[in-house]
Amino acid sequence: MSLSQHLPILPILLPMLTAAALAPVSEFRRNIKVTVGVTSVVLQLIVAIALLVQADAVSGANPAAVYLLGNWSPPFGIVLMVDRLSALMLLLTALLALPALVYSIARWDRVGVHFYAIFQLLLMGVNGAFLTNDLFNLFVFFEIMLAASYGMVLHGSGTARVKAGLRYIVVNLASSSIFLVGVGLIYAASGSLSMSEITLLAGELSSSNYALLQAGAAILAVAFLVKSAVWPLNFWLPTSYGVAVAPAAAMFAIMTKVGFYSLFRLWAIVVPEDAVAGLQDEAHWIMALAAITLLFASLGMLAAQDLRRMSGVNIIASTGILLSGLSLGTNYAWAATLFYLIVSTFVVGALFLLIDLLERIRQFGADMLAVTVEAFEAQGMVLPEQEEIGVSIPAGLAFLGFGFVLCSILVTGLPPLSGFLAKFTLLVAVLNPAEGAVHWWHWVLMLLIIGSGLTGIITFLRLGIRVFWVPESHARPHLRIIEAAPVAWLLILCIALTIWAGPTMGYLNRTVATLSEPHASAKAVLQSTPVAAPGETSP
Amino acid sequence: MELIFALAVGVLCSAGIWLLLRPRTFQVVMGLSILSYGVNLFLFAMGRLKLDSAPVLAAKNAHEATKYADPIPQALVLTAIVIGFAMLALFLVVMIASRGLTGTDHVDGVEEDEQ
Repeated sequence: MSLSQHLPILPILLPMLTAAALAPVSEFRRNIKVTVGVTSVVLQLIVAIALLVQADAVSGANPAAVYLLGNWSPPFGIVLMVDRLSALMLLLTALLALPALVYSIARWDRVGVHFYAIFQLLLMGVNGAFLTNDLFNLFVFFEIMLAASYGMVLHGSGTARVKAGLRYIVVNLASSSIFLVGVGLIYAASGSLSMSEITLLAGELSSSNYALLQAGAAILAVAFLVKSAVWPLNFWLPTSYGVAVAPAAAMFAIMTKVGFYSLFRLWAIVVPEDAVAGLQDEAHWIMALAAITLLFASLGMLAAQDLRRMSGVNIIASTGILLSGLSLGTNYAWAATLFYLIVSTFVVGALFLLIDLLERIRQFGADMLAVTVEAFEAQGMVLPEQEEIGVSIPAGLAFLGFGFVLCSILVTGLPPLSGFLAKFTLLVAVLNPAEGAVHWWHWVLMLLIIGSGLTGIITFLRLGIRVFWVPESHARPHLRIIEAAPVAWLLILCIALTIWAGPTMGYLNRTVATLSEPHASAKAVLQSTPVAAPGETSP
Repeated sequence: MELIFALAVGVLCSAGIWLLLRPRTFQVVMGLSILSYGVNLFLFAMGRLKLDSAPVLAAKNAHEATKYADPIPQALVLTAIVIGFAMLALFLVVMIASRGLTGTDHVDGVEEDEQ
């Protein structure tokens, strides 16, 4: 087999081996850790791009690559499947991981031990969850991702992190139990754990078994909804994301998206071939949850008193918008949702990193300087003017201010950047629902989506004034290139999405076309044959 | 047998959930482990309850599927036990760290009368 055939396993193997290699390396040999860690993420980025190109090259609903682990023929073994959606999510993860990792080199990697190994394990879990086609394997990758995320939340220790981490772990352990119950019920109903096989079997089950399958899927959905932080299962999120160190919080931006991605896949499982119309009830439930989540996030945004909490609530708002897109059920709405997913992942990542930089001008800012000056002048001494190292004030502060404005425009969906394009396409989708006629609940949803943007911009203005204009003077932000570049990289990605919105939407439309025919791709997965042993001829 | 099994799962899960909602971290730990016992039993039963049959193929009767118990849920339960055990150990460490840092075993890190 050539290397290109092994590409689908690499996003899991690379971080796993890197983590294994980095764990025994002493914390004092930081250079090795940094070099190996960054190299691994760059390689993952290259693999993700290669997979994306491969995924987009196939026509129709066939998956680009089906990787049979252990060479068992499906549905007996665990299968990794790469289609356009999973390739897109892999690329998104790698594009977010690279700046988060580079940013952490500046200082956050040193506040605790094993940062690089835990970071790689998080990537392994996330990548695996995007690739696997087996429900129980999905559970395992979720647990890997969560175990790593516990380490990330607790990285740096301290009372606040331990307290928040404690609750975060309890919530996720409980939701893991729910996950298992859901998987168990689906297995009991269908006798299979392969998502592709369940998709094909769903239509042929007896009515009692089908009801059991739906119950299992609903319970499983609850576990995914906890991960994607939907109301009322989201009270853990602002606190635990708020206390985590900045690069960890930026990586968590992808974690809520893993829950959402799994919902997409689950949707394909429970849809029998001719029963899309029968899903209206479920869609309405999800729409109601999305609406309440949006309302909750809007109120939470207004109540937020600091930037960290606000960006945590922003994640909840983006979940609300993503779920409204999912519940609409049309291809156009799904493509718009995925576009919003890309933008919101990047911008929330950028926001968490930017807030960390902004806190630096506040924490070591006016108050402390004033106190020091007072103390010294009381003793008849005048502080000598200190020579500034690094980028001087105007550039540093201008960068922070400009970044903040860009983030607020992108998050709230103001024109002209990609946040606006994403929200606008979604609003168009709300007005073209699957059932044809526009009902009152569509108008409510539209109002809530626009309203969350409005409360967002109010909060950004309020907090922005407090950070930039109220203090008499700012500490001079010593921005280093490795801190400013990751933020710039994420924001440039968002701007690039504005410019190349057409090609991106083209790709997303093809993605959604694949998703709307789950049966064709499921058949293709089950028909893939094991590789012949050396010396044998393939059957 | 089905009734006893269902009752066991139900009692374990409800006891686990009740303990999970209690304010002391120790109660939460007990709740989580009891809940995971309940869930593991439930998962085990998803392969249908069957007496006097092994999940491992024997030399004779290897082709008669009805003679065997479903091995997949058993494999799943094993995995779930291992993962759950590791997570519980991790949670215990965090719990002890929280006790050390806050000086109380309340889940909020503050005694109720101090709030």
